[in-house]
Amino acid sequence: MTGASLVVTDLRVEFSGFVAVGGVSFDAHPGEVRFLIGPNGAGKTTCIDAVTGLTKATGSARLGQTELLGKQVHKIVRRGIGRTFQTASVFDELTVLQNLDIAAGLHRRSVSLLRARRGIDPSIERALEETGLTGELTTPAGILSYGQKQWLEIAMLLVQDAKVLLLDEPVAGMSQDERTATGELLQRIAAKRIVLVVEHDMDFMRRFATRVTVLHQGKVLSQGTVAEVQADPQVQEVYLGTADAITEA
Amino acid sequence: MTKKPWISLGGIGVFAVLLLAVAPLVLTDHWLNNLGKYCCWAIAAVGIGLAWGRGGMLVMGQGVFFALGAYSMAMHLTLETAGDRIPAFMVLYDPLAPLPAFWEPFRGAGFTLAAIVLLPVVVAGALGYALFKRRVKGAYFAILSQALAVALAVLISSTIRETGGDTGLSDFKYFFGFVLNDPANRQMVYLIAAGLLIVCLLAVWQFYRSRFGELLIATRDAEERVRFLGYDPANVKLVAFVVSALMASIGGALFVPIVGIITPAEIGAAASILMIAGVALGGRASLFGPALGAIAVGWGQSSLGSTWPDGWTYVLGLLFIVVILFLPNGLSSLPARFTGRARRTPVEQPTPAIAAAELEGVRS
Repeated sequence: MTGASLVVTDLRVEFSGFVAVGGVSFDAHPGEVRFLIGPNGAGKTTCIDAVTGLTKATGSARLGQTELLGKQVHKIVRRGIGRTFQTASVFDELTVLQNLDIAAGLHRRSVSLLRARRGIDPSIERALEETGLTGELTTPAGILSYGQKQWLEIAMLLVQDAKVLLLDEPVAGMSQDERTATGELLQRIAAKRIVLVVEHDMDFMRRFATRVTVLHQGKVLSQGTVAEVQADPQVQEVYLGTADAITEA
Repeated sequence: MTKKPWISLGGIGVFAVLLLAVAPLVLTDHWLNNLGKYCCWAIAAVGIGLAWGRGGMLVMGQGVFFALGAYSMAMHLTLETAGDRIPAFMVLYDPLAPLPAFWEPFRGAGFTLAAIVLLPVVVAGALGYALFKRRVKGAYFAILSQALAVALAVLISSTIRETGGDTGLSDFKYFFGFVLNDPANRQMVYLIAAGLLIVCLLAVWQFYRSRFGELLIATRDAEERVRFLGYDPANVKLVAFVVSALMASIGGALFVPIVGIITPAEIGAAASILMIAGVALGGRASLFGPALGAIAVGWGQSSLGSTWPDGWTYVLGLLFIVVILFLPNGLSSLPARFTGRARRTPVEQPTPAIAAAELEGVRS
């Protein structure tokens, strides 16, 4: 695994005059679980959309030496940037194995698409073990529990061998145990890869974040470790009622 | 999962025996010829099943590609029949007019066969590339393809000197040197059509069990998600679209010697929709559904449609309503419905799973 970092500089996104993201800069390195937090409408998801090519943006987003902005979505993915969505989006009609196999196809030659699958790719087995889905190999993805779908998405990113994992609210709708399991999973993954999590859930952020960037109205409000961010009076002010939630328990 | 494809392969085998060995023995020449016609529609239907059932592209204008094959073949057969002279219908309008330039190459059998294969690939390739790269899909794609079929039919109708217009091209005497009036030769043409239908089924069978088949379903269900797995969904759809166009063209090409006439009515909007109708009836996403549906609709048209022409349209319409209301996946989903009661198919399961997930969300 290369030690390349994701560096976003002066990212700007406008939607017909409305500035959704106005000059945001942050970076993420392998070995840390990076969090992007902020109230609704702060531009967190838009940042991810911009980095993954879904939304047009100006500024710069580099992985190592490679500029990502302006490339097509599937080409950015082929550079090693993977993402999940707020609502788990897996292929409901296909089995867990088929879902993962499609994700693994990224590294295959297109001619091999015409053949049927024989056996299971070792990378798929590793990802299944990592995410605890080994028993669900032949289950149609549509009948997995919500948490399992999120894990399947993370497993797909692992099979894709994404260098950067951009996770949009990965624990939304999960039980407490599932949250803990997900957090630990992210910490294991982050040892070798860049993990950037967009989250609402403050408790989850406190427990698993290495570094945090707080966004507010499309701008960076504060940046640093969990403790530093919590101590920032500006952050407390923005969160008002929830400021207690950040500092307390 | 590993076993099921082989059962389907066995099914294709049974189908092949029925079409290639049993049918010529038990059917009269007249009905064998009719079955040949249904086989041509079935070939086009197999392609529609791939593009629409598995790929999610509602191809409402397959008549265009059917026409490319049919008119390529018809021009060749017309020239073969005319020999060194100008085709008879052209003489009617202007006895001294030379053969239009685009007719000339169709004298060659090799060129004609190549055109039947390459024309739809080139046209569908260019059209699909332009549409899918611009992310045209859903109703827009359906309307656009339908409009093309209408436009082509109108174009042929209005160029009566060059293409025979509404009267179409007919009175073919030879088929690559074989006399078409000879029952033995007619049976050979039938066998070619039935054989190619089997070949198309085998091709689609391999598509469905391959990784491409899985990717195609994934693209149909969540195109954007596929993009985020590093594929360009436009390319995936393009392959399915081109293959379906090729099949429509092959069906059209064989339609001509079997039926003996091709007119704009066989390729226009109504004809294109009728092709879709068989596929919907049989089950668009299944392997056999499109072919069997097309054969059934064809058979209904020539049996019921000739004895009770006014009623047939209503019967077809009613059948449609019933199938869409009660069997959205077509008649081929009927067996699964019965066995599914006992086994709880995955299709019927998601409801409780989703409900559980929502409940969980509320609780946490």
